[in-house]
Amino acid sequence: MSQKPTFAAIAFGLAIAFTGAANAAWQPAKPIEFIATAGPGGGTDNFARAVQNIVTKYKLVEQPIVVVNKAGGSGAEGYTYTKAMAGDPYKVVFGTSNAWNQPMVSKVAYNYTDLTPIAAMVQDEFLLWVKQDAPYQNVQDFLKAVAAKPPGDVKMGGAQSKDTDETLTRMIDKAAKVKFVYIPFKSGAEAAVQLAGGHIDAHVNNPSESIGQWKGSTQRPLCAFSPQRLPDGPKVTATQNWHDIPTCVESGLAIPQFQQPRTVWLPGKVTSDQTAFYVDLMKKVQATPEWKEYIERTSQTDTFLIGDAFNKFIKEDIERTRKVAVDEGWLISN
Amino acid sequence: MENLEALMHGFGIALSGNHIFLMVIGVLLGILVGVLPGLGAPNGVSLLLPLTFGMQPVSAIILLSSMYWGALFGGSVTSILFNIPGEPSSVATTFDGYPMARDGRPTTALATAFGSAAFGALAGVVLITLAASWVAQVALAFGPPEYFAVYFLAFASFIGMGGSPPIKTLVSLAIGFALAAVGIDTVSGSVRLTMGIDEMVKGVSFVVAVMGLFGIGELMIAVEEEFHVKAISSKVEWREVFRTLVGLPKHGWALLRSAAIGCWMGITPGGPTAASFMSYGIAKRLSPRHANFGKGEPEGIVAPEAADHAAGTSALLPMLSLGIPGSATAAVMMGGLMIWGLNPGPMLFVEQKDFVWGLIASMYLGNVVAVVLVLLTVPIFAALMRVPFFIIAPVIVIICTVGAYSVSNSYLDVMLMMGFGVLGYLFKKLHYPLAPLVLAIVIGDKAEDAFRQSMLMSKGSLGIFFAKPLVTTLILLGAALLLMPTIWRTIGRMMPRSEVKP
Repeated sequence: MSQKPTFAAIAFGLAIAFTGAANAAWQPAKPIEFIATAGPGGGTDNFARAVQNIVTKYKLVEQPIVVVNKAGGSGAEGYTYTKAMAGDPYKVVFGTSNAWNQPMVSKVAYNYTDLTPIAAMVQDEFLLWVKQDAPYQNVQDFLKAVAAKPPGDVKMGGAQSKDTDETLTRMIDKAAKVKFVYIPFKSGAEAAVQLAGGHIDAHVNNPSESIGQWKGSTQRPLCAFSPQRLPDGPKVTATQNWHDIPTCVESGLAIPQFQQPRTVWLPGKVTSDQTAFYVDLMKKVQATPEWKEYIERTSQTDTFLIGDAFNKFIKEDIERTRKVAVDEGWLISN
Repeated sequence: MENLEALMHGFGIALSGNHIFLMVIGVLLGILVGVLPGLGAPNGVSLLLPLTFGMQPVSAIILLSSMYWGALFGGSVTSILFNIPGEPSSVATTFDGYPMARDGRPTTALATAFGSAAFGALAGVVLITLAASWVAQVALAFGPPEYFAVYFLAFASFIGMGGSPPIKTLVSLAIGFALAAVGIDTVSGSVRLTMGIDEMVKGVSFVVAVMGLFGIGELMIAVEEEFHVKAISSKVEWREVFRTLVGLPKHGWALLRSAAIGCWMGITPGGPTAASFMSYGIAKRLSPRHANFGKGEPEGIVAPEAADHAAGTSALLPMLSLGIPGSATAAVMMGGLMIWGLNPGPMLFVEQKDFVWGLIASMYLGNVVAVVLVLLTVPIFAALMRVPFFIIAPVIVIICTVGAYSVSNSYLDVMLMMGFGVLGYLFKKLHYPLAPLVLAIVIGDKAEDAFRQSMLMSKGSLGIFFAKPLVTTLILLGAALLLMPTIWRTIGRMMPRSEVKP
């Protein structure tokens, strides 16, 4: 092939891709790898694939994108791999708040400072769930029943150890002056099934992890750990949708907000042009109707954080988790 | 009989030219990824997933599940011909399949495997059809103590069968448990046994371990003993395929028993791997020719294959009705379900009748299509055995290397795989059994998690394993299986003595 058509093709591609933003000086020149820090089918995997589908559909990048799952070590495998790829702008890692929370409580070989933050694209909500036929009508009933039993008699299940689910459980312990025993499972879906079978008493799953079980009347949410009620939408059960579930604060459990951001990172030591390119890309993804559809389907909350707002969020979240980690003696000594 | 009616309706949906075509394509692709190094069903299904987004959910799941059937069958091919199991659940097939193929009967080995696998799969689908709603309830009865009891049962039935000195079995088992513990611990969240290698946080992959232990280890033995220098001159015989299939009912009892074990382990979420090991162990103990196991005994192929496929098939039910994927492939398909806008869970059977019963009907058809296609390919695969060893040996090294690398694109895995090769060689030379090691790698960490979750629930009291009838029964059954050989041996030792003396 001669040079001219190639240049023309690139110019054409640029013209299409950057009708909106003019200042992106860097363009990917080879295939891009999306690293999902969760196994196929998990929340983070769905997140990475949703972004991939949108980018591909709208041809936001001229290069092909492959999603690779590196789920080992509760996601540590993916972050460690990305850390080792410092300076390589063709590796984009998708995760959650475990990027900064996991290094705090376990001796993994990375920290979030080894990565370049791009965006927190959406926040997954948490709810407090009990078995469908449990006698509790609201959070107060439930917490009273827990307080009446000896400490450690009531079983709270969740995904992973010392991650968001256990942190939230300990926050509930503190706020309501009770003591749950926390049983870690591999995933929220597993915890949901254990609750349906009555092997545990409660869990704090994300909406998408338990929606099928709620529809099937095996478990129901008592309250949402969110400042306002979740958005209105189609009925999930015969009578209720997500908006009908009270917030925890309005039902008397003083935890105003607990959310899990779905985050995007580049390896460390990339140039500011490269970072800007991906921030811009995620902005474009976020503006599509398919993205809105993804958020609705998974009942997450649409909050898009980049730059300083994202950094501020990280700092606040670290403070919140550190408090719990210090109280529980989870902090590792470096 | 409401279910049968629904099934007929399902056949109405699945039996269209378009869907049969998708099945054939899916099965062929499945066999391909099952046989090719390092691809495997989960990767194959993920690669195909984006293509299904524009399809009807029923068509999409038919394509993906057909691929799954094809891959399951294809995975047995490498286990039998090259001693390289592609999936954890086909490890037990290598024990007798590979010796039989090496003996010059690859056609018989493959046909036996496929025939029994088809029988197992069929048993699984029939169970799903007849007992869909009941099965979902059974799975719900399983909490951490019950899980632990099921894993305990699997270990007990396999390990108690003797063969090697107990101390060697114990050593092998302990190494397996140690390897399964590498990485992040689910219960405490801390990093364990990484030996200062950061990347080890991901744990030891089963594929890496097995490629080394079986593939490379066996190769080194073969090179040393030179028995592979001459290629095996097996005739490509269609009649042999037919003869084997006709002869299968001879193993009727083993087939039924293995399918029953498979169905049971598929529903109680023990999974196909535990099922195939357990079935092999029990077959070996109950067979009058048990001394022949490990040397190419047909029942040693029938038992794990039938149980593996029965479990693999019936495990799809908990996935649909509860939303817990029974295997990596099931997890990918579940991701697909969500993308197509379906929520796996108790309501799927009520809200998406067409989808569910179309899928179940397609499981009957897909398996028939898969068996026919795979049996047609038997002579071709068997012919591979005629390729001289000096060509096959490097090919096996390449297969293992590519397979290990492609697990997570890491050179560390290739190094580990080679290390496992040396370990496998040493095990063979010193007559240590490999099976307990593999079983412990695959279900060791799950058993550990279940045990520790149980301990958290009971505040440290072992009483939780005797608190409910279900878990007590499972534990006692396991203990009985574990102790039975010792009791038999004691009785056996006393009996002849009293007879010989006079």
